[in-house]
Amino acid sequence: MTDATQTRHVPDRLNSRAARIFKSWEALLLAVAIAIFVINSFASPYFLSAWNLSDATFNFTEKAMIAFAMALLIISGEIDLSVASIIALASTAMGLALQYGAGTPELVIIGLTVGVLCGAFNGFFVTGLGLPSIVVTIGTMSLFRGISFIILGDDAFRGYPASFSWFGQGYIYWVFTVEMLLFVIIAIIYGVLLHKTNFGRAVYAIGNNPTGALFSGIRVARVKFILFLLTGLMSGIAAVCLTSRLGSTRPSIATGMELEVVTMVVLGGVNILGGSGTIPGVVIAAFVMGLVTFGLGLLNVPGIVMSIFIGLLLIGVIALPRLWSMAAAGRKS
Amino acid sequence: MTRLIPVRETILGGAILVLLLLISSRFSGFVTPTNLANVFNDTAPLIILALGQMVVILTRCIDLSVAANLALTGMAVAMINVAMPGLPIPVIIAIAILLGAIMGAINGVLVWKLAIPPIVVTLGTMTIFRGIIFLISDGKWVNSHEMSPAFTDYPRMVLLGLPVLSWAAIITIILFGIMMARTQFGRSIFAVGGNPHAAIYTGIDVGKTQFWAFVVSGALAGLTGYLWVSRFAVAYVDIAGGFELEVVAACVIGGISIAGGVGSVGGAVLGAIFLGVVKNALPVVNISPFWQLAISGSAILIAVAFNARAGRNKGRIILKEAEATQ
Amino acid sequence: MSTRTAPSISPDVSPMVSMDMITKTFPGVKALDEVKMDLYPGQVTALVGENGAGKSTTVKILTGIYQPNGGTIRIDGDPIAFGSPNDAAKAGITAIHQETVLFDELSVAENIYIGHAPCTRFGLIDTAQMHRSAAKLLTDIGAPFSSHTQLRELGIANKHLVAIARALSVDARVVIMDEPTAALSHKEIEELYELVETLKSQGKAILFISHKFDEIFRIADRYTVFRDGAFVGDGRIADISEGELVKMMVGRSVDQIFPQSDHVIGDEVLKVVGYEHPTEFADINFSLNKGEILGFYGLVGAGRSEFMQALFGITKPSKGVCQVNGDIKVIRSPADAVSNGIVYVPEDRGKQGAIIGLPIFQNITLPSLGKTSRSGFLKLAEEFKLAREYSRRLDLRAAALDQDVGNLSGGNQQKVVIAKWLATQPQVIILDEPTKGIDIGSKAAVHEFMSELAAQGLSVIMVSSEIPEIIGMSDRVIVMRDGRIAAELTTDELSPETLVRHAAGITTDGAAA
Repeated sequence: MTDATQTRHVPDRLNSRAARIFKSWEALLLAVAIAIFVINSFASPYFLSAWNLSDATFNFTEKAMIAFAMALLIISGEIDLSVASIIALASTAMGLALQYGAGTPELVIIGLTVGVLCGAFNGFFVTGLGLPSIVVTIGTMSLFRGISFIILGDDAFRGYPASFSWFGQGYIYWVFTVEMLLFVIIAIIYGVLLHKTNFGRAVYAIGNNPTGALFSGIRVARVKFILFLLTGLMSGIAAVCLTSRLGSTRPSIATGMELEVVTMVVLGGVNILGGSGTIPGVVIAAFVMGLVTFGLGLLNVPGIVMSIFIGLLLIGVIALPRLWSMAAAGRKS
Repeated sequence: MTRLIPVRETILGGAILVLLLLISSRFSGFVTPTNLANVFNDTAPLIILALGQMVVILTRCIDLSVAANLALTGMAVAMINVAMPGLPIPVIIAIAILLGAIMGAINGVLVWKLAIPPIVVTLGTMTIFRGIIFLISDGKWVNSHEMSPAFTDYPRMVLLGLPVLSWAAIITIILFGIMMARTQFGRSIFAVGGNPHAAIYTGIDVGKTQFWAFVVSGALAGLTGYLWVSRFAVAYVDIAGGFELEVVAACVIGGISIAGGVGSVGGAVLGAIFLGVVKNALPVVNISPFWQLAISGSAILIAVAFNARAGRNKGRIILKEAEATQ
Repeated sequence: MSTRTAPSISPDVSPMVSMDMITKTFPGVKALDEVKMDLYPGQVTALVGENGAGKSTTVKILTGIYQPNGGTIRIDGDPIAFGSPNDAAKAGITAIHQETVLFDELSVAENIYIGHAPCTRFGLIDTAQMHRSAAKLLTDIGAPFSSHTQLRELGIANKHLVAIARALSVDARVVIMDEPTAALSHKEIEELYELVETLKSQGKAILFISHKFDEIFRIADRYTVFRDGAFVGDGRIADISEGELVKMMVGRSVDQIFPQSDHVIGDEVLKVVGYEHPTEFADINFSLNKGEILGFYGLVGAGRSEFMQALFGITKPSKGVCQVNGDIKVIRSPADAVSNGIVYVPEDRGKQGAIIGLPIFQNITLPSLGKTSRSGFLKLAEEFKLAREYSRRLDLRAAALDQDVGNLSGGNQQKVVIAKWLATQPQVIILDEPTKGIDIGSKAAVHEFMSELAAQGLSVIMVSSEIPEIIGMSDRVIVMRDGRIAAELTTDELSPETLVRHAAGITTDGAAA
């Protein structure tokens, strides 16, 4: 808060690019990812197999697609807890269309459209009516999945066409899956959108100070609405992939996935209160979560126990730096 | 005196009455005292948890770990009961409340001392608590025949015409009514949520108040854990899965502002009862129970939109004041 | 501030509270450097200093929110340490703050007694007793509302009364008033002065923090001056002149000189016809010319900011037309306003102006991204170029352009906000209380810059509650009262008396309209 150290000529940057990267959250996270990779490869002889690693990516590709859009939404100071329910509703809509003889292209279009519509619904309540997104999306989380339950009850839709299975089960080349390709493309698109465009800058401005952003001539409501649309669209894409991979639709599909998506985003260094975070961080976080899940899977640790690790990871990555700085402050005084 | 007849609660109470009238017009059996008592008994766990959640939300936090806390405590006391069938029920209940409070305290410490956002903390502890249930139970169920009769019968025991489960809810409501209106802690909760900055200046420790709010919420989740497991006479990893959202829904429907500082015991209770009535009425009016989720989702959206509209009418009205004085 | 009797202090009165060699450091900053201050019973001590002098840090130390790194606080001569706000409260120190810090959802009585409510023998709050005591306190200070009223139903002045009642309820010995009159009307300020007298007569020690010199000379008995976190001097108000006090404050003598207006006023740029809002303002008509500085004066709550925000598209007027260069423009959002060349520098810098968390250069380029980017993609080099240009023009002092704007002082943050808008090359700039909370040095810089802008042909609307600023800067003044235009005054008609009369609605014979 002092101007004492400041000079009349104001330089552009204080720290070099290298220093900034070195000190970043992403660098720390990358180190964690490498450590896990090394530990895993020692712990299990099956880990370093191309096919096994390829299988492991299914653990995170669908979630990560949503996580990229969610990252932007959280940076802007909002949240969408209904993403898993959007998957359920989109998948149910595809299953319903299947009963009326829809082919693969129609299924995909329907899945994506339902996703976008759900996003628009959330966006309307949040930006149109000015309601808190956490409450709205807790509501739509019940509503969207509830509609799936009304349509399906205890039943399931099956019998998706063979060509539809390409999205969730297909390979582009050797061990590289279609989902991996989608993951990479979407990561690049969101990376560019957030870090290289005016839109991305507006997202950061809104997240740091929505009132200030509005007073700076940014169309805050419009930006937020678009972010909800994008999150809905990504959920629609994830619904296509997941439905294709499972080959069936149940109303309970993707239950609890919203929490894993939020965990991935927060682990990636996005501030849950908005204003900061990066796409590379989320990408690394996706790998970390995938590696942990896969490594523990190879060691025959059941899925529910893995969730303990995910939970600990979520709290630990935020708590440890704070504990460390508290300890450092304690030593000083 | 405005406090005695709060508008929000009156409207919600009216909505519940209208709902009951609509149902009774076609299915008069639903509104008999016996059935209403059953509905209340069935809603008791939701009421207890909603009151705990209310305290947390009032302090600008949220506790998403209540259902996992409930399930873990339930599993723990069920296993204790299997191992030591002779342990008296009051001891079991004390253990349940204590275990729940400890889990709440873990949330509270992380929020208070490390200033981690509550939603992150409780998302994390929610998955951790569920995972621990699997670890201690090895994924196995504890079934009714393994539990002692005293353990399973207690919540069903009828006192003065109502089962113990209902009494647990009634006593919690009364205690919370007193706590929120007549204790320093209760008033501090409103102060912390309404204006944390000012709370500091009046000597209230914001973090500590939030900590105790989590402890209260955890303790009630623990109590509900025992009541839930003994009532259904079964404990397994996934009991009350997703119930935390129903609890938050009850609070939102009851007019408790997610932004903190605004809400009442009456609101939380009515919000829970509203969901309870809907849930119990569905089979009666021949609607598939699969509708329940969508209905409670819609109720949340309508409630939050309605409450926001009601709150927006304030604001400065300088012109009107000026006209009034002329 | 004319003839005042010397305060009745006998030199042998010892201070009730004395702070000695108090030091407080924050990472990288020494907020207080071995300062001292004494507060005497039954006297008002004014703590005077520019922004950043360490006044609010001192208040936070006295109220137990911060713990000092060094020095001693003595009460009645005994050293004491406050580990928490509770400790300070127990020692009888209470504060009434800049923004009324109370709780909307609680009743008046609960607000007064939160933290120390009377209890029954079961440990529960004794509501009946609490309301009885609260009612008595409210009667004592002449509050016109019941203890059962919900706080949110009260206006800002009445909330102040609640804060004062609270201070009395804890049986405080030391009352700290931190800019208590900032948001009050003339009448309310007079009532506050009476209360201060009451508190004095009860033997309480009062610490009074204010930027208004007339106020300090009106009610304070003593002064203590800090500059840049260090003690400069103290003494009796009776022994010092306004000029001397200012000199101590800034370390040099500053005459409030306003830049000579040498700008040429051109054709009409903006015309507002019949602007109306259901609750905030009505019947606003005026025009603004090229190169003109149009002052908007009025009391707090007269609807000036509300109207400006409607003009800028934040709120929607229910009626009215806005013309820019003769063409009717529809302004539904700030984005519309900016594209029509109308920009707004808000009063609330931290919340509405600067985007704290974003670097300085991104703050400056935010509304100009359309110019510094290509088809929606950012061009950092262009951004830095623009940011460099305007930070130089405004003589911004900062470590680097990629630093968080939150690290800057208030004055430099204000420069960033102004730079942000100038970079859009607007036609009309609305400055809402542009020098509020800024130290005297920066104030002069802002004034000079404002007349430079006008000379370059920019039209300026300046909302200000400071009479010297309004008179010194404006080419024309519009006075608002109760949401309407009360008067439009040319420079010849300007005088402090006319401004106050129109703003308060006083007719020539002195009676309220």
